[in-house]
Amino acid sequence: MKVVETIDLEQKFQDKIDREIKIEPNDWMPEAYRKTLIRQMSQHAHSEIVGMLPEANWITRAPNLRRKAVLLAKVQDEAGHGLYLYSATETLGADREDTIDDLHSGKAKYSSIFNYPALSWADIGAIGWLVDGAAIMNQVALCRCSYGPYARAMVKICKEESFHQRQGYELLTTLANGSPEQKELAQDALNRFWWPAIMMFGPNDDESPNSAQSMKWKIKRLSNDDLRQNFIDATVPQAELIGLKVPDENLKWNEETGHYDFSPINWDEFWQVIGGNGPCNKQRVDARRKAKEDGMWVRDAAMAFAEKRMKKQSA
Amino acid sequence: MSTKEWPLWEVFIRSKQGLNHKHVGSLRAADSTMALDNARDVYTRRSEGISIWVVESNYVHANDPADADSYFEPSDTKIFRHPTFYEVHEGIKHM
Repeated sequence: MKVVETIDLEQKFQDKIDREIKIEPNDWMPEAYRKTLIRQMSQHAHSEIVGMLPEANWITRAPNLRRKAVLLAKVQDEAGHGLYLYSATETLGADREDTIDDLHSGKAKYSSIFNYPALSWADIGAIGWLVDGAAIMNQVALCRCSYGPYARAMVKICKEESFHQRQGYELLTTLANGSPEQKELAQDALNRFWWPAIMMFGPNDDESPNSAQSMKWKIKRLSNDDLRQNFIDATVPQAELIGLKVPDENLKWNEETGHYDFSPINWDEFWQVIGGNGPCNKQRVDARRKAKEDGMWVRDAAMAFAEKRMKKQSA
Repeated sequence: MSTKEWPLWEVFIRSKQGLNHKHVGSLRAADSTMALDNARDVYTRRSEGISIWVVESNYVHANDPADADSYFEPSDTKIFRHPTFYEVHEGIKHM
């Protein structure tokens, strides 16, 4: 394509974005836009799928049938969310198997939060309340993303995830109102999940070099720091209400700004976990790889069966 | 290593009697039976539908969005196809 034509197409593309017209799969788009979306959406999909691992681990140990049914439904939702996102990524021309192989080879990342272990039943509450809560904060903004299939998947996911956050908060509320040991369990879960949840929003704005372009393309609508602040402002009163203490000595309501002030974030830990040195990185990717390899014969058999039946029908 | 990927299917759902089927997304499945079952599990976990269609994506044909302006131009220029194009005396009823 001639340079002039590309510049013209890019101008038209940006005009569309500026006028809030969504981009659909077969529309012309800059290669960098396509690449950015494939990277972001596939990593979002991986997060949904890897996110099932810490929770699924507790299904058989749920304390009663109600909690068990709820956790099963939540984990099933996460599988569905992974699928919506893989499908949406495929609309950009990304091959699904390649996308998944990138996760298994370590080339693609997923949300660093899932590299922390779920050590107690209270962690299931903390994950629903804080991790899903932080994810929702991010995903509500993504419902207005400029790429149609991603935005539509987000709308459906947000609708479904509001129960995820509520069940987690309800679980922790029950523990916080229980025996001293149960309350301690809830506080311990909050202590361990608070900072990793805060880090879910990603690096500070001035350390996030791709943010400006993503904002211009309206893939991203709010900055990392704004989303993080919104999450903290919304969550601190929820902790106070059930008598739990947020593990941050510097956390204080600031009358002037109308927001909570909080301690600096330990970014070294964040980069370590992203870089593969979190407590569960290896375990998570190994589990996904094993699932794919062990399930291979089932997928092959299903395909062979379908082909055989097709042949019979056409004969 | 498996050589063959399951084909891609487009999923359409009728949310209730009296409404048309609407595209909701896609999924991969070995055959139509599996595509239907997966569509039910993935797209109708909260009473979103009473009827599902699945169509292999290969069989969906579409116009080229790059030519959309000229392709749909005839419908934009013929404003006499709309009732508002016509002048009607005031006081005329039932028209």
